[in-house]
Amino acid sequence: MHHRQLPMDEILLRPIAAGIGVAILAGPLGCFVVWRRMAYFGATLSHAALLGVALGLMFKLNLHVGVLFVSLGVAALLVVLQRVEDLASDTILGILSHAALALGLVVLSFMDDVRVDLFGYLFGDILAVTSADLIWIFLGGALCLGILLWIWPALLAITLHADLARVEGIAVERTRVLFLLLISLVIALAMQVVGVLLMVSLLIIPAAAAQRLTTTPESMAVLASIGGVAAVYGGLMASLHWDTPAGPSIVVISALLFAVAHLSRPASR
Amino acid sequence: MAPMSARTRPLIDVRAATVCHGTAVVLDRVDLTIGRGEIVTLIGPNGSGKSTLVRAALGLVPLAAGAVDTASSIRIGYVPQHFSVDSTLPITVGRFLQLGVSATDADCLQALTTVRAARIQDAPLHRISGGEIKRALLARALLRKPDLLVLDEPSAGVDVTGQAELYDLIVKIRDQQNCGVLLVSHDLHLVMAATDRVVCLNHHVCCAGRPDAVAQHPEYLNLFGAQLARRIAVYTHHHDHQHDLAGKIDSGNAPPPTADG
Repeated sequence: MHHRQLPMDEILLRPIAAGIGVAILAGPLGCFVVWRRMAYFGATLSHAALLGVALGLMFKLNLHVGVLFVSLGVAALLVVLQRVEDLASDTILGILSHAALALGLVVLSFMDDVRVDLFGYLFGDILAVTSADLIWIFLGGALCLGILLWIWPALLAITLHADLARVEGIAVERTRVLFLLLISLVIALAMQVVGVLLMVSLLIIPAAAAQRLTTTPESMAVLASIGGVAAVYGGLMASLHWDTPAGPSIVVISALLFAVAHLSRPASR
Repeated sequence: MAPMSARTRPLIDVRAATVCHGTAVVLDRVDLTIGRGEIVTLIGPNGSGKSTLVRAALGLVPLAAGAVDTASSIRIGYVPQHFSVDSTLPITVGRFLQLGVSATDADCLQALTTVRAARIQDAPLHRISGGEIKRALLARALLRKPDLLVLDEPSAGVDVTGQAELYDLIVKIRDQQNCGVLLVSHDLHLVMAATDRVVCLNHHVCCAGRPDAVAQHPEYLNLFGAQLARRIAVYTHHHDHQHDLAGKIDSGNAPPPTADG
């Protein structure tokens, strides 16, 4: 049996490595998305990632670079719109999120000469991860984790109270911009794992599952990473056994982990 | 006791500050200085611009005109008017106190004991009451050994006996650390006794000076009503014992020092 088992391991090795790399990164960043109530913001940036893919294909750029630039552009546009428009934040997010997704789909429809795997972009294509993708995920992920560790105390302080942090001498704007950069980077890196439509779930579900079980910000971040890794592994195994799509299977497993975490420690108030 | 010579250079000097929200002028050419060892209290009706003036002095709101000079490299302890923490963020009060400052658990406990809230050190920050949040924020400000303490309605949510105790404590902190204190308060009867200078604000400075002088000022009487103003006599209070948060009598406390202006 061993000679039949071996190719299967090789097929799964790269997806598992990619998924674990992304899950480790998504844990602590997802905690900040939850604490700062930015789930809808994250969803907007990840929907806009499809436009990044489309523009990347059109201008023959690396797709990670295309996604990163569009995410940063949408984040900047959002900051500007929130300053000049009288609309509520969630309305602006709703407009940008769906306009960018629709624009991405329209631009992709013009690509007659490129065979576009739309399902893969929307829901992830983790089984098609290449060695080059892995290098992106691990180098980019290490850079992100390094930046996150560097700004951790400042980011925690501005999450608790921005004015208090500013009075105490923390560079609030710089920290905010770096955080947006990190969110854009993680979306660019993780898009292939769960796709643009499910991306934000990889950020918030493991973090929300970890919240009830922990008493410090750091332990919540670490547990979110561990939960994310478990969901990636479980989802890939489930996908292999039942021939289900890998990205959605990962999200379903993480949702199950969330349910178990919250049923085992119900809210005490 | 506070060396008087140190007061000559203000910690914060606000000159002719004007702040607008849209077309509304919230602050109109307001002057404010706080010196070392001095307690300055802002009073005025709701919506008179007290919090905006505090935020302008701290550089948190842009000025349409005027200037704010801050003495170089001073440490500021700030207790904001509003503070709430998302219930998804697991953090204890003790850890919140230590964030951004090198302090041991023992330092934290000491600061919390000073504000009579030692028992909340290990409590989750999002579970404590409004009054306890104010005490925790004050303890956090104290841990930073501030040159200037800025307190925006520190007694909001604090029970009545706690309020008198709080103003005693602020005077005591000023005496021990020789820091400047900028205070926003609605507790006229308590704060008038604990303060060196009162600034009565209603978008502009109506009157300013020593509490007994301000209490006689026509603008002050006009703003708060003569009847009410007379009822709020400048009142100095003494306690021979104090209570902690649980209501237990705390022994071993020296009577609070009186304000010497």
